[in-house]
Amino acid sequence: MRIVAEHLSYTYNAGSPFASKALKDISLTIEEGEFFGILGHTGSGKSTFVQHLNALIRVPSSMKKYKPKKPKKGEVLPPKTVLTVGEFDLTHKKTDFRALRSKVGMVFQYPEAQLFAETVKDDVAFGYKNFAKEKPKAEEIEAAVKDALEIVGLNYEEIKDQSPFDLSGGQKRRVAIAGVIVTRPEVLVLDEPAAGLDPLGKREIMELLHKLHREWCKTVVIVSHDMDEISENCTRAAVFSEGEIKYVLPPSELFAHSEELLSLGLDVPLTAKLCAALKARGVEISCDFTTEDFIRSVLALRR
Amino acid sequence: MLKDVAFGQFYPVDSFVHRLDPRLKILFLIAYITAIFLAKNFVGLGACLFVLVLIIIASHVPARKVLRSVRAVAFLIVFTALLNTLFYHGETVYWTWGIFSVTKEGLIFSAFLVIRLLLLVTCSSLLTYTTTPVALTDGIESLLTPLKWIRLPVHELALIMSIALRFIPILMDETERIMNAQKARGADFETGGLIKRVRAIIPILIPLLLSAFRRADDLGDAMDARCYMGSKNRTKYKKLKFGWRDLIAFLLGAALVTGVVLMRIYLVRAI
Repeated sequence: MRIVAEHLSYTYNAGSPFASKALKDISLTIEEGEFFGILGHTGSGKSTFVQHLNALIRVPSSMKKYKPKKPKKGEVLPPKTVLTVGEFDLTHKKTDFRALRSKVGMVFQYPEAQLFAETVKDDVAFGYKNFAKEKPKAEEIEAAVKDALEIVGLNYEEIKDQSPFDLSGGQKRRVAIAGVIVTRPEVLVLDEPAAGLDPLGKREIMELLHKLHREWCKTVVIVSHDMDEISENCTRAAVFSEGEIKYVLPPSELFAHSEELLSLGLDVPLTAKLCAALKARGVEISCDFTTEDFIRSVLALRR
Repeated sequence: MLKDVAFGQFYPVDSFVHRLDPRLKILFLIAYITAIFLAKNFVGLGACLFVLVLIIIASHVPARKVLRSVRAVAFLIVFTALLNTLFYHGETVYWTWGIFSVTKEGLIFSAFLVIRLLLLVTCSSLLTYTTTPVALTDGIESLLTPLKWIRLPVHELALIMSIALRFIPILMDETERIMNAQKARGADFETGGLIKRVRAIIPILIPLLLSAFRRADDLGDAMDARCYMGSKNRTKYKKLKFGWRDLIAFLLGAALVTGVVLMRIYLVRAI
């Protein structure tokens, strides 16, 4: 499913003294099949944007109470907001938001906080049962739960009857992700999927996401403030800052803008720093800033 | 959004009322409530209303916002007024039906009640609109200090209160996050009968309780790590000071109570 957003704005607590603009007239297209990265500092609007994608935050015109404004004489209305995910038009009141949510899976930051059921099996089945059109049979649920737990790398027979609260941190996160992908969403959105994990755990989660991208979910969108994570994994990335999009580029081109990124409070990947340090000492290498490519380029120098 | 109904509802502007000493505001509220219930006639209540309007104007809180606090108790007020009108026994009877009767005295009594309740609710909510929760607990702690003589752990009580208040917005945020996460998994909190809705709360309640306990543990550890020992020899970051504004407010409150009491004594005839 292709994601298209045009002229999207959002203000928290509109009309009160706490009002704050989180998104300012954003336009962004994410193609089907991408592994897309959204970069930004805290408060840059990146989480607000992704919550629009499965209508946890609604475009005003899709709300029941909404009445379109009539322009006063001589007043120019702001351009119309567009927000579509595949065939779903999120600016329309009659959109089936339940169906949308089963197609767009959303994994929040620290998703293990959403675990609640007595057993792992029940927790993963929660979403499956909620989205089923008619009451699913026990075998269907079991098959779906089994598939979801296995693709995230857990042993179904071993783990299904355990309490999710007895698991280790990494296992909890996998169970939580399984609980989202159990409905086989076409788009998977993850907010800081590797937050709070050690380097090995981070790598494992990223490998899992690539596997999901290959086998289950056509489009993956990850939100992160970690440059290395984005540069190693994504096909394209958008940089958010103060509610606006600064760049939408493949990571290898993005980090040519290292100085601007630093001024936006974002770090640059380690490889980009090394390249810059080498350049300062008179050694110029070109690479796309992934660790592998960097090593290859450095090794090529020796020859 | 949940934040709209957040407790504490502090309205962040700078005004005469905002700058008052919280202790004085609390005492003023007590005095004001006393005045409301001592007032036996419409002149007394009128004076109370006048003072309230003065406070609202001086507080820079929009009237719309103040009235919103009344809406929450509107049902209660209408209900009590109705009961009192129908069951009050008076002499000038307008209408009877079975055990119900509407009398002149009953109507007057209900009108008093409604005005009193309205004034009470509005004035109390003004206190929370103009005072941050932290200032409020500071004020309460300071006012309760004399009770230390009877070994009441005043400081600890104030701390419990301020921690509770501090955590309300955090838990609100947390609730919203968990609700969103479960909504994304297809949870439905808006439709269905009572039982279905109560069941729908479980996936929010359990993670929320867990996180509250975890936070409590963490906070306890953090306090231990800083050698927190309670009230002994602690100084305050913000010292409460009594200024000229407080004097004006004090005089206003004193005048109101005195006026109402005098009226009660010398204007014996009601209305």
